[in-house]
Amino acid sequence: MIRNILIGTALATLAMNPALAQEINVKLGVLNDRSGVYADLSGEGSVIAAQMAVEDFKAADKGMKVEIISADHQNKPDIGSSIARKWYDEEGVNAILDVPTSSVALAVADITAEKNGVLINSGAGSTELTQGQCKPTTIHWTYDTAALANGTGKALTDAGGKKWFFITADYAFGQSLQENTAKVVEASGGEVVGNVDAPFPTTDFSSYLLQAQGSGADVIGLANAGGDTVNAIKQASEFGITQAGQKLAALLFFITDVQALGAQTAQGLSLTSAFYWDRNDATREWSKRFMERHGAEPTMVQAGVYSGTLQYLKAVEALGSAEDGKAVAAKMKESPFDDPLFGKGSIRGDGRAIHDMYLYEVKTPAESTGEWDLYKEVATISGEDAFLPMLEECDFTKQ
Amino acid sequence: MAIAEDTVKTGPLRESIGMPRLHKVIFLVLLGLALLLPYGVYPVFAMKVMCFALFAYAFNLLLGFGGLLSFGHAAYFGGASYVAAHAAKVWGLTPELSILAGTVAAALLGLVIGALSIRRQGIYFAMVTLAFAQMVYFFALQVPFTGGEDGIQSVPRGDLFGLISLRSNMALYYFVLAITFGGILLIYRIVHSPFGQVLKAIRENEPRAISLGYQVNRYKLIVFTLSAALAGLAGATKSQVFQLASLTDVHWAMSGEVVLMTLLGGMGTVFGPIVGAAVIVTMQNYLATFGAWVTVIQGAIFVISVLLFREGIVGVISKWLKRPL
Amino acid sequence: MFELLGVPPQVLMGQLLLGLINGSFYAVLSLGLAVIFGLLNIINFAHGAQYMMGAFAAWMLLTYVGVGYWPALIVAPLVVGAIGIVLERLMLARLYHLDHLYGLLLTFGLALIIQGLFRNYYGISGLPYQIPASLSGGYNLGFMFLPTYRGWVVVASVIVCFATWFIIEKTKLGAYLRAATENPVLVGAFGINVPRMITLTYGFGVALAGFAGVLAAPIYSVNPNMGADLIIVVFAVVVIGGMGSIMGAILTGYGLGLVEGLTRVFYPEGSAVVIFVIMAIVLLFRPEGLFGRAG
Repeated sequence: MIRNILIGTALATLAMNPALAQEINVKLGVLNDRSGVYADLSGEGSVIAAQMAVEDFKAADKGMKVEIISADHQNKPDIGSSIARKWYDEEGVNAILDVPTSSVALAVADITAEKNGVLINSGAGSTELTQGQCKPTTIHWTYDTAALANGTGKALTDAGGKKWFFITADYAFGQSLQENTAKVVEASGGEVVGNVDAPFPTTDFSSYLLQAQGSGADVIGLANAGGDTVNAIKQASEFGITQAGQKLAALLFFITDVQALGAQTAQGLSLTSAFYWDRNDATREWSKRFMERHGAEPTMVQAGVYSGTLQYLKAVEALGSAEDGKAVAAKMKESPFDDPLFGKGSIRGDGRAIHDMYLYEVKTPAESTGEWDLYKEVATISGEDAFLPMLEECDFTKQ
Repeated sequence: MAIAEDTVKTGPLRESIGMPRLHKVIFLVLLGLALLLPYGVYPVFAMKVMCFALFAYAFNLLLGFGGLLSFGHAAYFGGASYVAAHAAKVWGLTPELSILAGTVAAALLGLVIGALSIRRQGIYFAMVTLAFAQMVYFFALQVPFTGGEDGIQSVPRGDLFGLISLRSNMALYYFVLAITFGGILLIYRIVHSPFGQVLKAIRENEPRAISLGYQVNRYKLIVFTLSAALAGLAGATKSQVFQLASLTDVHWAMSGEVVLMTLLGGMGTVFGPIVGAAVIVTMQNYLATFGAWVTVIQGAIFVISVLLFREGIVGVISKWLKRPL
Repeated sequence: MFELLGVPPQVLMGQLLLGLINGSFYAVLSLGLAVIFGLLNIINFAHGAQYMMGAFAAWMLLTYVGVGYWPALIVAPLVVGAIGIVLERLMLARLYHLDHLYGLLLTFGLALIIQGLFRNYYGISGLPYQIPASLSGGYNLGFMFLPTYRGWVVVASVIVCFATWFIIEKTKLGAYLRAATENPVLVGAFGINVPRMITLTYGFGVALAGFAGVLAAPIYSVNPNMGADLIIVVFAVVVIGGMGSIMGAILTGYGLGLVEGLTRVFYPEGSAVVIFVIMAIVLLFRPEGLFGRAG
């Protein structure tokens, strides 16, 4: 009985709307951290960003039916990969978005390639996604550790910060961040005068900061992330390190972190970002709408989810189907983009999105006119300079 | 190796003589269900449940029958998963050898940590095991072979004995089922052996057991090592299923999770840990969309279990049936 | 000028002083654990969460009520302690007749709930809390720049630790407490309300954690996870010291802070594990802990 009614309705809609026969169904899954350390910079905000992309793309008018689902991977690769498998196998998801935490991102990239979906990663920083473990179905949108190192390392050395001291989180991520930055510093004519490996996580950085202070360096590079960086900066201000003229460079830092510190403590800090809400009219307009829905300004990760989704939908529209992930990814790489948030750019054969990065300095409380008025732009780093060169074997457009 | 001999000698026949009929029936029903499970449930999910069931079962051997609350079992679970993943990916070993390598590593780790930890009792013991597990965590975070926060990714599934491909979920499922069921029956056998009886005596009244001439610490160390090895077996198997090993499995939150599974299912019961693991893993799976509430809900289950039903789910059923389960 | 393993003495002095500051937190936290353990025989796994609540209470008082640092230093521990008392009455009190492990499991569950709730409402990035104006700035000690606030942390912790020791070891109230630990029934027979004493003791131990939280708020990030990992280090401190004496808990706390400070100079990579390594060594040679009573 019920089934009859359902079939009846379906037939009726078909009859009423001839275009429905060609309707493209797209299902997107936002898989990120909704409870842990990355919840503020990705989380619900990324879901909202994806929804805004679908609305701004006017998918419904173009005969596309886009559905967005979301889940919390709790930063655990096993949970993330089981959700991803289930999404592809049972829920018919076509693409997975965001995925911060590199261990989860790499696991999901694997599964995505196996199931022929698309992974548009915005939240994770590992260069492995488009280098050692590159996949034809991976698009890495927003940033990676190399881009951050290049941005902050080069711009600050060029600006006169010749002597560097690193405080490094003692695990793979921290080490690679330090290594990448040190290379750039030396290539730009600077030198590394010392470094200290701090266990991860550390709450008290005073000891390491004193070592950095004693080294006579111009710049103290913080090769760590999240709460560790926040603590280090807070304590650097307490020990009068920034006031004494040494510059702090946070190699991975988000606007939500700056906001947590407050402009008083974070002032003068240098950092690299792919996106800042107050950069131009387009970013301001979009961020205003985002703010209304989310109650906070967007991070670069959330902005990246928006732009990545937009480009993805364009490719799907052009292909007329979202079924073949490899084909959609290839289509995305075909033509350069001009994105409202990330400007002009293109997606390379290995899936790396190439766009400008920016070096920012945190404003002093006197310069800041509001809670979120935090950055001033110091330099633009062109996409070619920011990202690592493509590996030959990862150029999937040639295969 | 003594353990392996033991199973060979006793064999399935002797075992069935010692097993009450009710337990036999339940085990058979469980096995039957497990054989059909992948046709109804997503196989990877089912395998995850089984790995955790074995993990909780190994933990219950220590807590429920040895009376020792370890708050650091993640060290063996996660440590073995790293070793097995490394063995399969870098050394190119077959799945069964990789799992064996992980299990042996966990046993050795358990032997060392156990020898130190059993010098203290009760709450101290819990804290000491927790602290050692934290050391293992820092070690896993820093040494290069674990890949830090990236973990060990893309572990190949390989061919069982170099012959049977485990690339399909179904083939792997039955392999995992065999391991889990074998491990659980082995633990059942240990618990119901004379060795298990001595353990029970120690748990109930340690001074009495000492006065009867038992070398209590040796028994404790053996059961600790066994439990660590079997937890390692579960962790090593998990690394083959998910094709990765990561910091999650060595973090102390994982140690807390296995305590929760055992407590919820019913510690010291035969079937409790299996039920507890199934409930918690299913819950995590379906609550993933609730985000941060998962930890709150887990905490609430902890509190409710401790305050209202300390016997656990199976313990309550067993009281109701007036039969030990 | 002599150098020790390539480290000039000024640097060494500076690092020792920093170690002492960290030791202050260890001392106050392990003291709280030891006080609770002494009377209730419960390992309070929620101690880290309660430390975090202290920091959040200070932040909330400032943000919602406009109450500054100094009143918060008194009010926040009282609030956290009061919450502890409620928890003890509603939950812990039902477990005293059972194995002590249940207390550990219950408080572990409570820690999960508390941290989870704070994460839901305040996110994970942390919240800013400024150093009070009267304690900002610092002194140049010649070998290092000592922020005034850090100096205050040491002073405050020493005062609190000593006062606690004095109350428990030297006053009549303390004598009742110690007697109740040995033989609650007998003490009850003398007309002393033992259950109420237990409740207040738990409240006091929790308040100590809250106090440490307020002390930490201006220098560490105020976030829901701030106590989660710290508690495990403090457990190790407690195992090393043994829970036999109040003074033991205090001295071990400061001592291990110093050891950790030295490790940060000579072998920074090892500073996270040094306490656990010491714990293993102590267990090998003196399983009851440095200050513990044998048996």
